[in-house]
Amino acid sequence: MNRAMLDLWVGFFVAIGLVALGFLAMKVGNLSGASSGETYALYAKFDNIGGLKPRGAVKSAGVVVGRVADIKFDPENYVAQVTMQIDARYKFPRDTFATINTSGLLGEQYVGFEVGGDTEMLKTGDTIKKTQSAVVLEKLISQFMFNKAAEPSAAK
Amino acid sequence: MLDSILGSIRGLGRRVTDRIWRLGFASRFFIAIFLHSGTALRRFSLTIREIYFTGVLSLIIILVSGLFVGMVLGLQGYDTLQRYGSSEALGILVALSLVRELGPVVAALLFASRAGSAITAEIGLMKATEQLSAMEMMAVNPIARVVAPRFWAGVISMPLLAALFSALGVFGGYLVGVQLIGVDEGSFWSQMQASVDFRQDIVNGVIKSFVFGVIVSWIAVFEGYDADPTAEGVSGATTRTVVTSSLAILAADFVLTAFMFRGI
Amino acid sequence: MSAEPLVKISNLNFTYDRRPVLTGINMEIHRGQVVAIMGSSGCGKTTTMRLIGGQLKPTSGSVSIGGQVVHELDDEGLYALRRRMGMLFQFGALFTDMSVYDNVAFQMREHTGLPDELIHDLVLMKLHAVGLRGVHHLMPSELSGGMARRVALARAIALDPMLMMYDEPFAGLDPISLSVVGQLIRTLNDALGACSIVVTHDVQESLKIVDYVYFVSEGKIVAEGTADEIRKSTAPYVHQFIWGEADGPVPFHYPAPPYGDAMLQEVSRAR
Repeated sequence: MNRAMLDLWVGFFVAIGLVALGFLAMKVGNLSGASSGETYALYAKFDNIGGLKPRGAVKSAGVVVGRVADIKFDPENYVAQVTMQIDARYKFPRDTFATINTSGLLGEQYVGFEVGGDTEMLKTGDTIKKTQSAVVLEKLISQFMFNKAAEPSAAK
Repeated sequence: MLDSILGSIRGLGRRVTDRIWRLGFASRFFIAIFLHSGTALRRFSLTIREIYFTGVLSLIIILVSGLFVGMVLGLQGYDTLQRYGSSEALGILVALSLVRELGPVVAALLFASRAGSAITAEIGLMKATEQLSAMEMMAVNPIARVVAPRFWAGVISMPLLAALFSALGVFGGYLVGVQLIGVDEGSFWSQMQASVDFRQDIVNGVIKSFVFGVIVSWIAVFEGYDADPTAEGVSGATTRTVVTSSLAILAADFVLTAFMFRGI
Repeated sequence: MSAEPLVKISNLNFTYDRRPVLTGINMEIHRGQVVAIMGSSGCGKTTTMRLIGGQLKPTSGSVSIGGQVVHELDDEGLYALRRRMGMLFQFGALFTDMSVYDNVAFQMREHTGLPDELIHDLVLMKLHAVGLRGVHHLMPSELSGGMARRVALARAIALDPMLMMYDEPFAGLDPISLSVVGQLIRTLNDALGACSIVVTHDVQESLKIVDYVYFVSEGKIVAEGTADEIRKSTAPYVHQFIWGEADGPVPFHYPAPPYGDAMLQEVSRAR
């Protein structure tokens, strides 16, 4: 094996290795579409976060605009305090309504922003006032069962 | 009776001290590799030569295994996911299992048995035939000239091989899932891209494979350098390289995973 | 011959695992001399050579080469010293992953900044000296044992050493290769103006070429003298060694408990 062949093979190996890394980063990990990294923090308090987890998505109109950075329990008010890092490109009005939604029936939970009409925008460190907690499926089902059980007797 | 109990306790003690002594020796050897890495990095053609033997010659087994592991993941994953009606999540399943775990771990296991054992056998035989001694007598440090280039070649090759394994695996999953079974191509890729995070999943996978590269190369060169200079000594050392590095890879994988993906 | 010896070993002791390997060795080797260290297998000959090369450190006593005490040198000094030494290993120890040419060129490339053309000429010169210029393109695995030994010799003299060491240069060679290697040791020594130490148990071949002989047995020097003195020696150990007698001062049996006791012991344990 002479020197030139060796260099050629090793060069080829390193090149396809880097291509594979690039493929993983771009095509699998979607680095190209990811946020540029500039973010600002917003806070929201929820009575019940259900199954929301750190790194969960924050979406507005179905588009990912940020990530859940941290979830803490507020021992004074007995609510959950959620910290979100929002892409710096997007600004939201002060009366934005934060809800916890589920993607599909059994999918992951995420924070949804429903935009209001205020002209002033939320700034770094602001807390979103209007929130709606997660829908707890068990509660929903038990309510439904309860109503069903009550129905026939009412019909008679 | 008492004698035999004392004897077995003494045997246990000796075995423990032997192990610890060897571990200490291996650690000093690890430091020595770094101290004598100048030659390997300055005269990089020495290292390039070893990358050929460790990296390029491992390509075939890594590529073929990666493809098949991905195809099997595609089949099995589809079978499980379609029971819950979420077969379009196949992309997530294939990509995450490969990038986070199977890519780095399986590639490192294959690397240990393909390249690690070869490194150990080569260095062990060089020792047995007095080539290392001869080098020392020619005023050339064998750690700098023989060990360090092989170590660095392993460290450089491992992340590239793991990335190739994962990439081929994702492609294999795509072949089976999309082309063969008929999962929707758009949702296969888009779901995958939505769930695989660059920093969290891919960078961590690369870090893992880098750590495994250091572990396997270190064990391989140490076992070779420390081998008894006989035929049995070298074959024993080769076996120890494969066994020790496989166990070390799995243990290190657990520790790394615990640190990287905690709380998610 | 200069008064100051090139290699001076004074009162050298070496202990391995609490087992004394060498005790109270004294040797003096002058420039231009070929000296043999003889003795039966496992008597500490190779250890002596490793102590001279600085691969082992003596328990007490010292080896000095050209006035420098070997075990007191730091790594750098030791490596500088080794550049002026050549060593031929028992089975050649050629680098199996390099061609004959690269093997001989190895030290020149590692230690000198000589241009490739000059190295090319030097390599062919060294190979010519051992009569193997024609094999420079072969790999070590394609050589016979005797040829490999001669290539290793060419590699050892690559940097024109002042001290050559030969570890069992005659072991496992056919009679023709044997006398070729023997003649080479002598002629190279005289051409280089170096001094040579030959560790061997091949009495007849080495007595033809050496100036002085040390006999080592169980880690001690038991006899020394010029080749003629050794041939005429009446010391029982030397006599046994030279004439290859099975029993004598060196016993046929390894030390063991009395034969009868051992037999009885075996029987009782078998039950």
